[in-house]
Amino acid sequence: MEIAKLVEDVAFNLLKQAVIYLPEDVKEALKKAYAEETSETGKTQLKAILDNIELAEKYMAPVCQDTGTIIFYVQAGAKVKNLDKIEEALVKATRRATKEIPLRPNAVDPLTQKNSGDNTGRFIPYINWEIVPGDSLELTVMPKGGGSENVCLTGMLVPGEGINILKKFVIEAVINAGAQPCPPTILGVAMGGGADIAMKIAKKALLRPLDQPNPNPEIAKLERELYEAANMTGIGPMGLGGKTTVLGVHVEYAFRHPASFPAAVAFNCWAARRATARIYSDGTVEYLTHKSLV
Amino acid sequence: MAIYHLKTPISEGEIRKLKVNDVIYITGTIVTARDQAHRRAIEYFKQGKPLPINLEGLAVFHCGPVVSKEGEKWVALAAGPTTSTRMDIFEDEFIKNFKVRVVIGKGGMGKRTTDAMAKYGAIYGAFTGGAAILAAKAIKNVKGVEWLDLGTPEALWIFEVEDFGPLTVAIDSHGNNLFMDVAKTVEENRKRIYEKLGLQP
Ligand code: SF4
Repeated sequence: MEIAKLVEDVAFNLLKQAVIYLPEDVKEALKKAYAEETSETGKTQLKAILDNIELAEKYMAPVCQDTGTIIFYVQAGAKVKNLDKIEEALVKATRRATKEIPLRPNAVDPLTQKNSGDNTGRFIPYINWEIVPGDSLELTVMPKGGGSENVCLTGMLVPGEGINILKKFVIEAVINAGAQPCPPTILGVAMGGGADIAMKIAKKALLRPLDQPNPNPEIAKLERELYEAANMTGIGPMGLGGKTTVLGVHVEYAFRHPASFPAAVAFNCWAARRATARIYSDGTVEYLTHKSLV
Repeated sequence: MAIYHLKTPISEGEIRKLKVNDVIYITGTIVTARDQAHRRAIEYFKQGKPLPINLEGLAVFHCGPVVSKEGEKWVALAAGPTTSTRMDIFEDEFIKNFKVRVVIGKGGMGKRTTDAMAKYGAIYGAFTGGAAILAAKAIKNVKGVEWLDLGTPEALWIFEVEDFGPLTVAIDSHGNNLFMDVAKTVEENRKRIYEKLGLQP
């Protein structure tokens, strides 16, 4: 099959998997949170979330009505041919998914306030490209909810204060976000790079499964520390109080300019949707996040 | 925490019994309204025009549902709550004029609404954000739609529901506001977190 059609079909399947079925690690984390939550009100919220997830799977309907802004991550093997056809294929897949699943149309022209009606428009779906060695193509989709996007934050911190300034930045972000991002959330935290780089890697960190800490032990320790601190806030599920405010914290970093300390916090809501597949050079497709479905 | 099953129309007496953290399930009629529907309803009241539906004793739901028309019949496919703070500027008038007893949404509402709820006898029921299918499955029938000219998300959707919930009473009719209580707790916890992490305020 020609690559454009194959990519379109795979991207369509990924969109469908992502919006209906939450990844196993997210479901596990929610179940664990439900078992461990001590606030009765918090438990009620987590139970409603778990019931909702089950119903979505049963009726094959999107797990949340806000199916988000569609973001793709493409890891393209340098030897893959016709890479110039992929963008169009992803746009087509998005249109098809919007119509057939259906997804809520969430792409609005900021100038005219007009909704395109099909989740596409200038730069949308957004595609993050990465060229890697090899001849296979890895596609990931992240339908990103608006409520949790609205509290994402970048900051240019004061470098002289060291890592503590980052911790403070993250805790304040969680407290200010309160109930808005539909907690329990997942945090992608980044330091270094630049304003844009920090947010880019923070958001990408949201793709990492919850059971995978950062391989760097120092960073993994920081992740644990921020996770515990965020859950000490008492915001709880849906901001109604409890000890489950975040399900996980993923930290990433880039080297920074001596005079800058860029930082970013990306929030994902409990409806932390993502799906990945790899397309091999012979045309076989391996679905990586939703194995049990195919 | 107590659990109540209420049927619309809900009386003031039933509302006064409820306290924050209680959980309620509603059977009967709930009506969606977002910013624009709130604004129009209040304009209608000022002009002495009746609303297309009498809201007394009913629940108003901050929600822009995903609906589809199957033949002549509307079906609600997804009906999760939207953020309620945007309706804060209207809700006191809305409760006073139309005597709704329950306001359903996510994220909570402020002091003005809390005061109106105490004065006129209404509560705020928090529905779990994003739990759109759970909500849609409790909607047994779309009884009607009004003001469709505002667009599907903004129209007044009249839903017949069965055991719609769980709704956590987050503002009761006695001046208690769970979101404000949580905010106070969070303020205190912030100090503990700063100490634990060795941060300067
Ligand atoms: S923040 Fe997430 S869970 Fe909440 S309504 Fe938006 S997409 Fe859904």
